[in-house]
Amino acid sequence: MKRLTKNTLAYAVSLSAAMTATSAFSATEITVATVNNGHMIEMQKLTPEFEKANPDIKVKWVTLEEGVLRQNVTQDIANKSGLYDVMTIGMYEAPIWGERGWLQAVDTSGNYDAQDILPSIRGGLSYDGTMYAAPFYGESSMVMYRKDLVKAAGMEINDRDSWEHIRDVAAAVNDPSKGIYGICLRGKAGWGDNMAFMTAMANSFGARWFDENWKPQLETAEWNNAVTFYVDLLTKYGPPGSSSNSFNESLALFNEGKCGMWIDATIAASFVTDPKQSKVADQVGFAQSPISVTEKGANWLWAWALGIPAATKNADAAQKFVRWATSKEYIELVGSKNGWAAVPTGTRASTYANPKFQKAAVFAEAELKAIKSADPTDSTLKPSPYVGVQFAAIPEFQAIGTTAGQMVSGALAGSMTVEQALKSANTSADRQMRQAGYY
Amino acid sequence: MTLNQQRKLKTIITGLFAWTVALVLFFPIFWMFITSFKTELQAISIPPTLVFEPTLDNFRVVQERSDYLHHAWNSVVTSFGSTIIALIIAVPAAYSMAFFPGKRTKDILLWMLSTKMLPAVGVLVPIYILCRDYGLLDSKTALVIIFTLMNLPIIVWMLFSYFKDLPKEILEAARMDGATPWDEVVKVVLPLSVGAISSTALLSIVLCWNEAFWSLNLTASDAAPLTAMIASYSSPEGLFWAKLSAASTLACAPIVIFGWFCQKQLVQGLTFGAVK
Repeated sequence: MKRLTKNTLAYAVSLSAAMTATSAFSATEITVATVNNGHMIEMQKLTPEFEKANPDIKVKWVTLEEGVLRQNVTQDIANKSGLYDVMTIGMYEAPIWGERGWLQAVDTSGNYDAQDILPSIRGGLSYDGTMYAAPFYGESSMVMYRKDLVKAAGMEINDRDSWEHIRDVAAAVNDPSKGIYGICLRGKAGWGDNMAFMTAMANSFGARWFDENWKPQLETAEWNNAVTFYVDLLTKYGPPGSSSNSFNESLALFNEGKCGMWIDATIAASFVTDPKQSKVADQVGFAQSPISVTEKGANWLWAWALGIPAATKNADAAQKFVRWATSKEYIELVGSKNGWAAVPTGTRASTYANPKFQKAAVFAEAELKAIKSADPTDSTLKPSPYVGVQFAAIPEFQAIGTTAGQMVSGALAGSMTVEQALKSANTSADRQMRQAGYY
Repeated sequence: MTLNQQRKLKTIITGLFAWTVALVLFFPIFWMFITSFKTELQAISIPPTLVFEPTLDNFRVVQERSDYLHHAWNSVVTSFGSTIIALIIAVPAAYSMAFFPGKRTKDILLWMLSTKMLPAVGVLVPIYILCRDYGLLDSKTALVIIFTLMNLPIIVWMLFSYFKDLPKEILEAARMDGATPWDEVVKVVLPLSVGAISSTALLSIVLCWNEAFWSLNLTASDAAPLTAMIASYSSPEGLFWAKLSAASTLACAPIVIFGWFCQKQLVQGLTFGAVK
């Protein structure tokens, strides 16, 4: 009996020792929520490299559709659920959530080289001088056009052309009988869809979302001029059904050779020049966004960035991962593995200074120029109280922007006049701002 | 036209109509299936590409990026688990309401069904917070509970409508022979209702398998079923239709095959109320 007790005791001690040892060496598991964009998927594929360098950390991925991601991460962070340790967020969320204390500041110490991050991108992801999300890739907007079609029409496109000139080129190139449309633009309703484009265009017409007292300005002549021009341009020279087109639909049309011009996110440049995806890859030219009365805010600024929720239990591991994924070394890794045309762009000055990247990416110069020229802190001709080029970084904007997007999309589809659309959008925005206590 | 000819014409017209409806309903699944074998460029081409060299590349990408078996296992556990629990609750409930109806039985049935009329998003926040507080976020347990509650009204209704048509004399005879209520359910009602119960179970499994709202909102990685896997292939910036179709085909395949083998029971279950 005594022997049995002894053996049992020895077994229990060795078992508990083994279990303690196992838990001491078990890896910290972090969950990363992201969207299904090419660069994100590449990061997922290269994660084993991070895990090799950090054997004590294991990364789990959750890839979601953009709308679902926004809803899930907002739910998670607002309720402090701690489901995700790293979340992919945009330039809209980072300063708002940073201000509320929902995000941890990004650890930029040591060899991270935060000064290398493009200032406009760094500024857009910061609140009160502190960066709350690290940029993974950044983008602005620019004109992508078919050099062959524009040349055949006897026209040319340059940086900062006037909108009138763009309309003339669209008219000259437009040939629906051959399935070619003068211009493709976003028309699908949404603050990040048609209103991203529309706001940048309206900025160049001298418009702004709110005046210094936060009163909505959608019924002003500037907005009216911009939306009227947009509706007229797309109705006459755009593809049918433009009111339901967003980035992907326009990308498909352009790659199929059906658009003379397309004004959209600079990230599209890598898709339209890729012969595997595009039938017109060798015929694409780039130019800076058109303007009307001002260059201010004429092209948007956006970044997909990695943020760490304040409620995470694995802050150290999450910081390590974010630093790795947004580092110069990561960009080098992608360049060496997949080629320099495939590296995530729009974040670091060193990427654009790299001769290998300059050689591989024909769009590099135009993209950098567009990103550098966008300033989220000064994007309107008349003074405005908000930060953001194609949005206003306030919590109420999502609802306001989406309602306005539905109205503008309705005007494009012909279900209402531009005046009616802007009046409805302004009334709705006014109500929201009053309820939120801005005035 | 003779009467015989009229009958033949009627049969042909009815057949044609049925085939048209069936083809219209089947077309999206067929299109998804063939799109999964196209390249991304072919998938979005206008006019649509009908003749093309099929590729398995999309399936390879889905296999590489997603742990299909993990998601499929989560779907199996949540669909079958919730259906079994729902049946355990629904059979006695339907039995008591069918054979021992009270004054308010109809009201209770209607009230149960009325819970299906509330949009799910209306209770998202309270359920999310409950799951968070009980540590059930991203767990199969949460999905099993939600799916059980979600389908319980329909299951009770289906079983009730079947049970109430069973001849009461059989139960009375069993009672005369000394059967207890437990014996009545297990030895008389259940054997007589195998067809109805299996078709009800099938419907519940299909509904759970296809559920996306709660799956997307309450899971992240550990408990994410196949619907969450499909959602991960939609992209805001980049072409994705071919890969999304491949993921959808893989997600639909098990339930379509399962439904194919059980179609007799399924059709019987969906129509038994009307033909009895």
